[in-house]
Amino acid sequence: MDEVGREARGPATAPAAGSDQVILSCAELPTREINGALRALPDGTSVVITEPRGRHNLAVGLTNHLDLTIAGNSGYFTGGLSEGPDITVDGFVGWSVGENLMGGTIRVRGSASQSAGSSAHGGLIAIEGGASLRAGISLKGGTVAIGGDAGAMCAFMAQAGIILIGGDAGPGLGDSLYEAVIYVGGSLHGLGADAQIEELNDDDVLAVKRLVELTGFDHIDPGNVKRVASARTLYHFDSANFAAY
Amino acid sequence: MCGIVGLLIRDPAWEPELGALVAPMLSAMGDRGFDSTGIAIYRDADPGRCRVTVHRRPGLAWSAVTTALDAGVGPGTSLVSDGDIGALSSPAPLERVLSLLAGLAPAVVVAGFGHAVEVIKDTGNAAAVCTRYHVDRRQGYIALGHTRMATESAVTAVHSHPFVPAADLCLVHNGSFSNHATVRRRLEADGWTFDSDNDSEVAARYIASRLAQGDDLAEAVRWLTKELDGFFTLAISTADSLAVVRDPISCKPAVVAETASYVAVASEYRALATLPRIEDARVFEPSPEEIYLWTR
Repeated sequence: MDEVGREARGPATAPAAGSDQVILSCAELPTREINGALRALPDGTSVVITEPRGRHNLAVGLTNHLDLTIAGNSGYFTGGLSEGPDITVDGFVGWSVGENLMGGTIRVRGSASQSAGSSAHGGLIAIEGGASLRAGISLKGGTVAIGGDAGAMCAFMAQAGIILIGGDAGPGLGDSLYEAVIYVGGSLHGLGADAQIEELNDDDVLAVKRLVELTGFDHIDPGNVKRVASARTLYHFDSANFAAY
Repeated sequence: MCGIVGLLIRDPAWEPELGALVAPMLSAMGDRGFDSTGIAIYRDADPGRCRVTVHRRPGLAWSAVTTALDAGVGPGTSLVSDGDIGALSSPAPLERVLSLLAGLAPAVVVAGFGHAVEVIKDTGNAAAVCTRYHVDRRQGYIALGHTRMATESAVTAVHSHPFVPAADLCLVHNGSFSNHATVRRRLEADGWTFDSDNDSEVAARYIASRLAQGDDLAEAVRWLTKELDGFFTLAISTADSLAVVRDPISCKPAVVAETASYVAVASEYRALATLPRIEDARVFEPSPEEIYLWTR
């Protein structure tokens, strides 16, 4: 929004001398130029976005396989819609990190604000700190791993995919879930409508073990998490369930 | 959308820089609402004097205001004008000054009043309003600002935030209330009058009504969260405090940065990123329904 109407000029900066790393500075470039430059980079490029200062919409809609670092705190929709890059944010992120992510990874070294990983179809969003309200809302097949606590209404209406919470889960966890599955290492503070705690089986333990290995969240014990999934009573409207809606 | 910024200075050494710190914050929130912009600035009261900020109708001579006040309360009222906004300082009782100014309406409209606060609000985007009224040069210890994207009532200076329902009490709001008409009717029945048909003004008057009944600010805000229904991040300032609260669903954003030198709140982190030593601040999001209150 802040750079509407600016013309993208393609790659805005050459690799730094003596290295193959590309550096793009938010202090010098509007968002559209940064995203345009990122899109033009060949697969395998290492790239750093400096001085993000909470800038929104960084690294969105990328399909190339970049090794991308955002060196600081990033704003809304970081990495959203992408399918390819491995993104690391050296700081915290604003709303909707990895919204509608299709593939690739996003690692957040700090915490995430609301709606982390909303509607993500694929890929992995790993948040080392906590995630605020509604993480994994409407998840459609992606994976959201939260090292710390998750805020209220996590996984609301999540349809497919996995949400792993290393810390505690806030109130209303898994409200109106479809087929997404939630694993919680810490304590629960109330389930949402139609969510239930289920028996943990070997496949669950294996899935969590793989995620722990992938994320490095080794404070999570795969054999000792709670599995939360849909009780499937609200899939089709039934007047007997009216009060539960 | 709408944007909110608030800044409470804890280290008095920063008070001369209040405007310079808050103007970039407000401008950073300019693209959350460019219909109108407002900011309340609190600086130490001058003993025995009240402050009233007024808008004049373009073309009205400021001398018409000072002459009317001199005639009503005697000499001693000063006026510092900046375009069509004038900051009055008077040794007369605040109620008397306000009553005389009411007689000059609609050519003169009161934007803010109290003993510590001055309120600048006008249509236009944040950067333009900050430049027009030299916000970066203002000094003080609390600033509370708002950038408005109007959704439910007209775009005028009167409809702009902050709303000032009582002396030194200011409120800014990002969101919308669904039962504001009901609460307004109740307040009107109790004798409260309104400057506009804006929903956020109802929240401001509601807080004022609770304070008038003897609540402290935290209690008044707690009642507001029970009685007003809708989406809100609210920031409220008094002569010595800054409070923030969000509704239970918390669809409207807020970020707080706290250091030994200041407490800052904004709709987005972008607005905080320009503050000194922000990298050392404790940055967090206010939890739903929790009342945050910082005192000078």
